[in-house]
Amino acid sequence: MSETPVYTRPETLTDRPMAYCPGCGHGIAQTLLAGIIDELKIRERIVGVAPVGCAVETYNYLDIDMSEAAHGRAPAVATGIKRARPDLVVFGYQGDGDLASIGLAEIMHAANRGENYTTIFINNTIYGMTGGQMAPTTLPRQKTQTTPLGRDPETTGHPMRMCEIMATLDSPCLIARTATDSVANIRKTRALMLKAFRYQMEGRGFSFIEILSACPTYWRLSPKDSMDYIGQTLVPVFPCRIFRDRGAES
Amino acid sequence: MSERVLMNGNEAVGEGAIRGGCDCYFGYPITPQNELTAYMAVHMPRHERVFVQAESEVAAINMVYGAAGAGARAMTSSSSPGVSLKQEGMSYIAGAGLPMVIVNVQRGGPGLGNIDPAQGDYFQAVKGGGHGDYRLLVLAPASVQEMHDFTAEAFDLADRYRNPVMILADGRLGQMMEPLTLRTREPERVEKTWALTGKRGRAQNIVRSYFSVEGVLEKNNLALQEKYRRIAEAETRADCYRMDDAELALVAYGTCARLAKAVARACRADGLRVGVLRPVTLWPWPTEILRSHLDRLKQVLVVEMSAGQMVEDVRLAVEGAVPVHFHGRMGGGVPSVTGIRAKADEIMGRISR
Repeated sequence: MSETPVYTRPETLTDRPMAYCPGCGHGIAQTLLAGIIDELKIRERIVGVAPVGCAVETYNYLDIDMSEAAHGRAPAVATGIKRARPDLVVFGYQGDGDLASIGLAEIMHAANRGENYTTIFINNTIYGMTGGQMAPTTLPRQKTQTTPLGRDPETTGHPMRMCEIMATLDSPCLIARTATDSVANIRKTRALMLKAFRYQMEGRGFSFIEILSACPTYWRLSPKDSMDYIGQTLVPVFPCRIFRDRGAES
Repeated sequence: MSERVLMNGNEAVGEGAIRGGCDCYFGYPITPQNELTAYMAVHMPRHERVFVQAESEVAAINMVYGAAGAGARAMTSSSSPGVSLKQEGMSYIAGAGLPMVIVNVQRGGPGLGNIDPAQGDYFQAVKGGGHGDYRLLVLAPASVQEMHDFTAEAFDLADRYRNPVMILADGRLGQMMEPLTLRTREPERVEKTWALTGKRGRAQNIVRSYFSVEGVLEKNNLALQEKYRRIAEAETRADCYRMDDAELALVAYGTCARLAKAVARACRADGLRVGVLRPVTLWPWPTEILRSHLDRLKQVLVVEMSAGQMVEDVRLAVEGAVPVHFHGRMGGGVPSVTGIRAKADEIMGRISR
């Protein structure tokens, strides 16, 4: 017997129109978050940490308690919240400039301590809020405001693969990279995010979900072409897979 | 219940924090405050409270921000270079109106400087070391007893005003041992309806200092300034020693205040009318208390372990009414009683012995 899925608007999602650009991946990721919070019935005991970047006002869209964090420091803020109140479910929501550049130390050490919270890492290979500068994840030859001729790996390095770096640590319980470029992948992303929160609620420790996400504005592509770009150009550099799943191992 | 013990100043801060109801401590190694972090590593877990050695001072201050946001009494400590690293976090904490306690056991600067006592971070502490218009409530202990007492009280003050409170000490106060009385105290508990506790039966709470809508940030700033006025009105404190008939006021805080008192005592023995005004709160600065003595004072001598930082606030308070002199040493140098006395004699037109 086949069931027809019924999609409704998550209660955790507010009525405010999202200020993100057309085709931006933040809208997808945050709508997924809202649905997961509803499904797990944790709206009354979840606290989110917003990054500096386009997602700073995530609290305008998710009707939950949230804290801002200084640029890159969401893992330290999440650590403080979770240690003070272990009964809360805590997540950090960070972009690639925030997490992989200025906040590299904080994310590595929160992961290494096995802090029992969930990180949602939005990788769109660029700084969006400040106008499209090079990020640590920017692809070779990708044109940005600060690499007008395209990123030159000789002088600016190669894209940093955060899941692979995370996987060198023993403590994290779940490390996975996923994408939001198709309905099938969005469903996979949702399942991984859900698992990350379940693991946290089971006390398994640090979980890390990287989401390859579109920034049509600073990729200079249409929303539709951005979706194709994720699969064709990003995924070969950032393979989508589960790097660790302690729940599946045991 | 009280207990007489012998401790160094850093340990006394730790015990004061525990008795002040500190729920979470986040630290990072730096001399000359390591005994405090070590004390917390032993004693916080014993009280089933949170101790985390952070990966950096930057992380530690942001852990405090998180824990304070979740309603806990949170604290961090460091020494000068480490406190510089925490300034971004302090600005966010002040902007978001979070209560917390930070301890600076000052050492010599600038740069890596040295690990000897100094008071070169006065500007950073009282003028706002981070960006934007904000104030810390700054307490300046001058004994191991006060290291303990002020730290315990700092948590109440922080909660009362939803404001960061700094204990501005120095390496000498941190390292020296003195007998002190440990007192059991009941922390003043306020209900933190603004804290991040999960959105249950109320609208969402947001810990924030970002206000992008036109005019909203200015409103937040005006509210902060109004709060600072209330703090200044209610919490300004100074300790006066024989100021009632003094013609020369020695103005000093922390370690220098102890030296100033020794000098004043010796001057009194010689029949000289010398008193000491010791600011206990460095912000708010006890301007009115000093001004209340101006009709009788002939001179003011400020003593600091700096190139002369607090002396600027003294000059602002005095507004040219009487001459304000300065005597100080830097880079780990501590003024001597003889040196201060010589300067005092010079000011009073006496030949120093």
